[in-house]
Amino acid sequence: MMRLFANLFVDLGNVTRTSEKTALLANYFQQAPPEDAIWVIALFSGRRPKRIVNSTLLGEWCRELTTLPLWLFEESYHTVGDLAETIALLLPDSGESHSSLPLHQYIDALRQLESSTPEEKKHYIQSAWSELNRTEKLVFNKLITGGFRIGVSQQLMVQALAEIIPLEPSQVAHQISGKWDPATTTFQQLFDPGAIKTDVSKPYPFFLAYAVEDDPSGLGEPDEWQAEWKWDGIRGQLVKREGKAFVWSRGEELMTEKFPEYSLMLEKLPDGTVLDGEILPAKDGRPLPFALLQTRIGRKNVTRKQLEAVPVAFFAYDLLEWQGRDIRELQLEERRALLEQVVTAVSSPQLLLSPVVSFDNWEALAGLRGQSREAFAEGFMIKRKRSSYQSGRRRGDWWKWKIDPLHIDAVMIYAQKGHGRRSNLYTDYTFAVRDGDKLVAFAKAYSGLTDREIAQVDAFVKQNALEKFGPVRTVKPELVFEIAFEGIAASGRHKSGVALRFPRISRWRQDKKPDEINTLEDLHELLQRYGKT
Amino acid sequence: MELIRMTDAGLYCVPGGFHIDPWKPVHKAVITHAHSDHARAGSEHYCCHVHTRPLLQARLGATSIETLQWNQPVTINGVTMTLFPAGHIIGSSQVRLEHGGDTWVVSGDFKTVDDGISGAFEPVRCQHFITESTFGLPIYQWAPPETIFEDMRHWIRQNQENGFNAVILAYSLGKAQRVIRAIGEDFGKIYAHGAVANMQDLLINAGWQFPPVVYINPLEPPPSIKGAVILAPPSAESSNWLKKFQPYKLAVCSGWMQVRGNQRRRNADRGFVLSDHADWEGLLTVTRATEAAHVYVTHGFQSVFARYLNEQGIHAMELETAFGKEEES
Repeated sequence: MMRLFANLFVDLGNVTRTSEKTALLANYFQQAPPEDAIWVIALFSGRRPKRIVNSTLLGEWCRELTTLPLWLFEESYHTVGDLAETIALLLPDSGESHSSLPLHQYIDALRQLESSTPEEKKHYIQSAWSELNRTEKLVFNKLITGGFRIGVSQQLMVQALAEIIPLEPSQVAHQISGKWDPATTTFQQLFDPGAIKTDVSKPYPFFLAYAVEDDPSGLGEPDEWQAEWKWDGIRGQLVKREGKAFVWSRGEELMTEKFPEYSLMLEKLPDGTVLDGEILPAKDGRPLPFALLQTRIGRKNVTRKQLEAVPVAFFAYDLLEWQGRDIRELQLEERRALLEQVVTAVSSPQLLLSPVVSFDNWEALAGLRGQSREAFAEGFMIKRKRSSYQSGRRRGDWWKWKIDPLHIDAVMIYAQKGHGRRSNLYTDYTFAVRDGDKLVAFAKAYSGLTDREIAQVDAFVKQNALEKFGPVRTVKPELVFEIAFEGIAASGRHKSGVALRFPRISRWRQDKKPDEINTLEDLHELLQRYGKT
Repeated sequence: MELIRMTDAGLYCVPGGFHIDPWKPVHKAVITHAHSDHARAGSEHYCCHVHTRPLLQARLGATSIETLQWNQPVTINGVTMTLFPAGHIIGSSQVRLEHGGDTWVVSGDFKTVDDGISGAFEPVRCQHFITESTFGLPIYQWAPPETIFEDMRHWIRQNQENGFNAVILAYSLGKAQRVIRAIGEDFGKIYAHGAVANMQDLLINAGWQFPPVVYINPLEPPPSIKGAVILAPPSAESSNWLKKFQPYKLAVCSGWMQVRGNQRRRNADRGFVLSDHADWEGLLTVTRATEAAHVYVTHGFQSVFARYLNEQGIHAMELETAFGKEEES
């Protein structure tokens, strides 16, 4: 029933421990009709139904029922930070549900409305609102707006499913990965191991690493470990089966069309091969800054000009399927040997081996790590030579050892309220460096402050707001923060002339005054050193 | 503003020569209710509702306190002052002033739902209405308290079944009493943090009827309790005191829990949308009922609520005050 799913959604938001979340999910999957369960797996893994109504219309239909002016609706939205929730809170609520329909019937109804007129959509959505209680309205709205981000990782869902179906977690993970449509797949079919044969595109769940604590010397004997550069690209899998090739991103997005330059290489890849590696811009076998790739990744169609300016290669570091066989249980050393054979045989400038970096001891590796930025890497991956290829993020066999970020001291000039956990607080800030007597914005950052600090900054913003631009406040340039970031690249789209990679607040410099912050020149110096292409 | 003027000490009745909820020490302070952002120490003379008196004595150490009943007019320097129930907490009152044909009402904090403890809110007609706006956004619509307490009982029961204590965070003056009344001894004795226990003692000494609570001393070893209800103020949230009750689940009672994000930010296991303030509809209904020609909107969503009132044809403006800093004990 819709209520069952709404309760699951609320309960998941109320618990923090993984074990509790797993238990809630497993319990849900046990109770829910299979037609609902399949959709929940889909929704929680980002496979949402096609969006049939935009935010503007949805807001309009809500305002029609509440007779609230647009500005008040928007003010409410900025405080809540989530459209689905805002609407659920604004609509009148009797406190009771008059709905006995299961989740999938709502989804089916929404899907059937895809080609209906706005008037028909409105009629259906408003009548659904009137029969659902507040939490049911919230999840119903989320079915339309998409995005069930409630801390349910793929791994967590796999654990929960493995508790109620007779498959190993690794098998479950494999079954729910890749390209499947919850509208045409039954729960039974999804977990039928024979079905993989019919879905030639299916990737394997990615094996992810945790960061090493401090330094890797605690990992033991260096010769049990293999080091590779940690690339700053898009983690991906190349899948080749039955003459068909697929490029998957770690987010399980099928990206085959985005990289037309791969087509010749993929053609040469033998059937029954799955490679794990990094999608990276590269020239003459050497990687280029990731920022270059970002300029073309968002485009629907890649132009010839972009293909020439930013050629993309695949830096392979693992082999998961070989000659049609799942070889994830083999040791890394053995897989690497086979990988090298495969890459050599294909012999394409688009398929490169991600090199193994040799080192005698951890101190030597630490020294090499200092050169990461010059190599357009963000540190090292350290993998146990005897490790199997596991699924999800796990401790023990694979570690990432990232370089320390770059830093700039900057002053906050704009603030905006956050979303979700941080709604109603000013948590999203824009920072500026000095350029003569002017301030130039160069980065936005959200994270990195403690809740207590956020509350202090929030109070400052509320007292020192100068102007209002919609949800954005300009504030007195007074608070200084140290901004950390992973990389820097030239950008024509930004006033400052630079684009930063992963900027965040590393600390609040309450000891510094705004006239002590870094300058635009300092930024451009960093660009010269680390951002050259 | 004529009868009431804004000064650096707060709202000041010029002909009456007294302040209302001043945030600096003054000669004479009329106090709407005993929360710390409205009742501050250091003034020479205080005037408040009779139920507020023991609270001011205990919290401010005030000695010169004149008390009034609701609906009992008094004249101060030619200004007629009457207190009316505000329904916010014990003793909370609206202050009505009349002088030379002018009538003003200062709402203090108020709620329109009768909690059975604080007295039922009474709308008071006036020409000038100074209102709070803590929850002055239409996303704040409260469910009936019975529904919330039903959820609370269900949550406690669930925790009992799973072997967890249920820690409930609620302001020691206001929501704590509501929770104690509603839960009673359904789940055995209620254990309490010092702030809550002291407040209960104070109120019981003042003649109020409440089920007793068990004070848990922070310096003593943890009691061996399981599946119990523990009541603490929000400030206890990250204290060592709470660790005594492990394993426990934590709930926060607050109107802010209406938005899921706030609940997650508090890291609470559960949020109960229980407030001692009026919700959006409550604010609107009360403001309309005063029939005031001029509305002054203080602490909360001032700009939003004032703008909306103006669009509804009610002349309103924002009024900056030092109220609304959360009561912490």
